[in-house]
Amino acid sequence: MESATVALDHGHEEHHGPPEANQSSRIDRQTLGILLFIVSEVMLFGAFFAAYFFLRAVVDPPNWPPHPYQLPVYVALVNTFILVSSSFTIHYALEAIRRGNRKGLKLGLVLTWLLGATFLFIQVNEYAHVGFSARDLGFGTIFYSLTGLHGAHVFVGLMLLSFATIRAFRGHFGPEEKDHLGVEVPGIYWHFVDVMWIIVFLSVYVL
Amino acid sequence: MHNPLRSEADAFRWFVVILAGAISVGVLAALTRPLVGLIWALVLIAAGGAIAYRSSRGRRPVGVPLTRGGDGRHRVLVVANETVGGAALLDEIGARCRGRDCEILVITPALAAGRADHWASDIDEAIVLARQRMELSLIEIDQRLGLRARGEIGDSDPNVAMEDALRVFPADEIVVSTHPPERSRWLERGVVARARKEVDLPIAHVVVDLEAEQGGGRQAP
Repeated sequence: MESATVALDHGHEEHHGPPEANQSSRIDRQTLGILLFIVSEVMLFGAFFAAYFFLRAVVDPPNWPPHPYQLPVYVALVNTFILVSSSFTIHYALEAIRRGNRKGLKLGLVLTWLLGATFLFIQVNEYAHVGFSARDLGFGTIFYSLTGLHGAHVFVGLMLLSFATIRAFRGHFGPEEKDHLGVEVPGIYWHFVDVMWIIVFLSVYVL
Repeated sequence: MHNPLRSEADAFRWFVVILAGAISVGVLAALTRPLVGLIWALVLIAAGGAIAYRSSRGRRPVGVPLTRGGDGRHRVLVVANETVGGAALLDEIGARCRGRDCEILVITPALAAGRADHWASDIDEAIVLARQRMELSLIEIDQRLGLRARGEIGDSDPNVAMEDALRVFPADEIVVSTHPPERSRWLERGVVARARKEVDLPIAHVVVDLEAEQGGGRQAP
């Protein structure tokens, strides 16, 4: 562990602010914060999924999506590939900075940002051409709610990635764990967003 | 309890596992019926949850790795919290260091007020209190025994704190101080017994009865 060390030889140094955190083998505060946030987000998505599966159960299951609506499965599949790829690029960025490779960090972050933005662009385009709106039956409402909720999370993730990318180009971050928390925390969030999309894609478009 | 999701690398690992599971669900649903895919997804979720739960429970270490000093100095690791300034403990330290070139490290675990505080690492107040007690005990060791000692705040789990300290402090022996058995939570949790099982060093257990010491005119911290 990394104890909060007080190397004392009768020292009575002035200490201001809260005491130094005792980290030990437990998690650091920033990571704990994002994990607690993700737990709350899982509950939020859980509520939407509950609504979605409830609707599917009360509507005649073989007729989902209800006639005459069709979901653009292949467009969503391409979008899934794009978003899944972005998890690999953010992981590449973090692996790069852990080895002190700043170019790799920048490349990984820029690629992740571009993939995320492409995903959002395609999703907005899908909304424009899908042929039904949120007002069309419970099906339309839950489709837009679930995919829209996820899209909002991608947007927030893109904001976080933007800050991380700008900081990376300004020379921030280093190989030490404490020196790249600004990428680590958005990275965890981004993986969560990707996992959520995989579940949304499976639930809405495949099953 | 270990958090199975401590870093981006952990999150990425989970992402890859979930992706593999999702692909199998998608393929199965496409080849058979969506309901089969759904059932397979539920099986995978249950299995994943069970694996995550098992891995989060962790394992007890079979032994604690030790470092060696090799410079002829006698090093004593003292683990104590509320009893850190007790007279019995000071006497024990004095007896062990008499006539020796002795180096003392006092580890004072910062005890969280409750399980929720422990989980949230909300131990700021515990750290302040532990530090105050430790500083007083270091002064006592200096003034009463004429020995120089260092102090550190340790993990709230005394066994973990001991293990952490032994990674950087090549102790020759350990002194664990507790309240009397009827009042000691450490003894109730088997801290001393576990330390004797895991650490291949002489471990002395000192019982400090602060109430008796205060009643006897001594000032306890």
